[in-house]
Amino acid sequence: MKIAVASGKGGTGKTTIASSLALCLADNRHGVTFVDCDVEEPNGFIFLKPTVESSETASVPVPVVNEALCTACAECGRICRFSAIVCLGGAAVTFPELCKGCGGCSLVCDDGAITETGRVVGKIESGSSGRLGFLHGKLRVGEAMSPPLIRRLKSKIPAEGIFILDAPPGTSCPVVETIRGCDFVLLVTEPTPFGLNDLELAVEMVRLLCVPFAVGVNRIGSGDDRVERFCRREDIPILFELEDDRRIAAAYSRGEPLIRALPEYGRLFEKLGTGLLMEKSA
Amino acid sequence: MKELTVISGKGGTGKTSLVASFAALAQSKVIADCDVDAADLHLVTAPRTVERRSFTGGKEAVIDPDLCNGCGFCLDLCRFGAISAGGSASSIAGEACTIDPFLCEGCGVCARFCEAGAIELDERTQGEWYISDTRLGPMVHARLGIAAENSGKLVSIIRNRAREIAREKSLEFVMVDGSPGIGCPVIASITGCDLVMAVTEPTLSGRHDLERVADLTAHFGIPLIVAVNKFDLNEAVAREIEEWCAEKKIAVAGRIPYCADFTAAMIACRSVVEYCDRAASSAIRELWTVTVEMLRNGEDRSGRFVHS
Repeated sequence: MKIAVASGKGGTGKTTIASSLALCLADNRHGVTFVDCDVEEPNGFIFLKPTVESSETASVPVPVVNEALCTACAECGRICRFSAIVCLGGAAVTFPELCKGCGGCSLVCDDGAITETGRVVGKIESGSSGRLGFLHGKLRVGEAMSPPLIRRLKSKIPAEGIFILDAPPGTSCPVVETIRGCDFVLLVTEPTPFGLNDLELAVEMVRLLCVPFAVGVNRIGSGDDRVERFCRREDIPILFELEDDRRIAAAYSRGEPLIRALPEYGRLFEKLGTGLLMEKSA
Repeated sequence: MKELTVISGKGGTGKTSLVASFAALAQSKVIADCDVDAADLHLVTAPRTVERRSFTGGKEAVIDPDLCNGCGFCLDLCRFGAISAGGSASSIAGEACTIDPFLCEGCGVCARFCEAGAIELDERTQGEWYISDTRLGPMVHARLGIAAENSGKLVSIIRNRAREIAREKSLEFVMVDGSPGIGCPVIASITGCDLVMAVTEPTLSGRHDLERVADLTAHFGIPLIVAVNKFDLNEAVAREIEEWCAEKKIAVAGRIPYCADFTAAMIACRSVVEYCDRAASSAIRELWTVTVEMLRNGEDRSGRFVHS
């Protein structure tokens, strides 16, 4: 079962909730893995302090032109929609950072002048933190496109087990890549105007992707009741509420998992875990 | 004209609240909300839209079911797994294939090689962008289509339009509210700007994400200053961040206390400096003074930079 923890707005508590949820589930059963899909700014490892057991680079295919074979017919430049290959002077020239790896140029090249090589976009590391499995991706700084790395990261997830996916913020392609194929999404928000605005966008997104979801509200008491009213109106279940407790923020600042720093919150996460696992059988 | 882009790496550190406050403090500016997939600045500035444009970024492949003979050749060509065979997988021939628009990258390989000529590339509408009037000055903002791609392209459109407005109206500052992360929309929001401000918080996550943002601005050779929000949440980590900045020769332009005024101002649809005049508000005023110096002179002459 794959459960994604996502949010439109950043900083609402995705990692706090995802890491404690994963730890709590792993305390009571085997086969639980935390998967950090926020490859631009992965933070899960700060809290889970995993032992890394394997590491590999992830790359996307990009074209290489053999100038000796290239007849400058410019077919490759015509099929490429991303301006990643153009015919300049006597041969094709590539711009690998614009390439999406569709392979069109090598397919249309009748001279056999185009082959492919890998361009590194980041790395993937796996390991464990006690009984909890751990998997994350780290985007190379300067690389613009995170979805190919997220796709590669998710391909490492086996069919059996419980996987908690920590999603990047937002509602565009990196989040879609994370949530696609998940069994359930927990949308974390906060009771503020920004929190509600971004929750509405996130709800639209998960509905479009047809993934079942519920809401978790963090920092209850810090704002007003607009998120609650929205959820009631839209008939969206609120599965989880975390109060606005400065001790939680302080534990977070030190990189301590919430349920380890403040064990009194353990019950809350147990209930959340049980609720989420029941969604699968429902 | 000087352009300031505010980013953070980590989300929720207070970018938008700070940009709204800066917009309230600056006399002559245009505001650009480049956090296109979770735009919030409009909730504070209450824009009256005067111009609305649709954003068409990229293409998407569309199969004509009447022309598709279900040969399945495109299935093998598509690197993005966007095409499915019609009917059951075992009986490909005969039934039209379908394309999942969320997976399609619009590369056009399928259309080029379809012998039945059944696939076309359509323009994809991926959102809207607006030019608006606000009580804080002109604003360019957008709404990216849900689950859309090409957010970097939309960010570039917004920044270009904001700069044009600044030039037309002889405005001094372009203030860009960026998005979290270090990927495509962030890169599009910082390249070529005069100064980047990274808003961080004294948490291990905040520090980690700041380091990646600093690597990113260094990669593109853009000057960076840092603001530490909620600095009293963990003063030890705040000090570590400031020491790290000093080591990297990155100026810490200000620190702002952990304060409920941020949320209260948001609920009142005001920026923090418009909402009240307590500690957080004066810290933001001071931060803006230092930032203006930096933008105008390329360095700070106020002597207010914090170098621990």
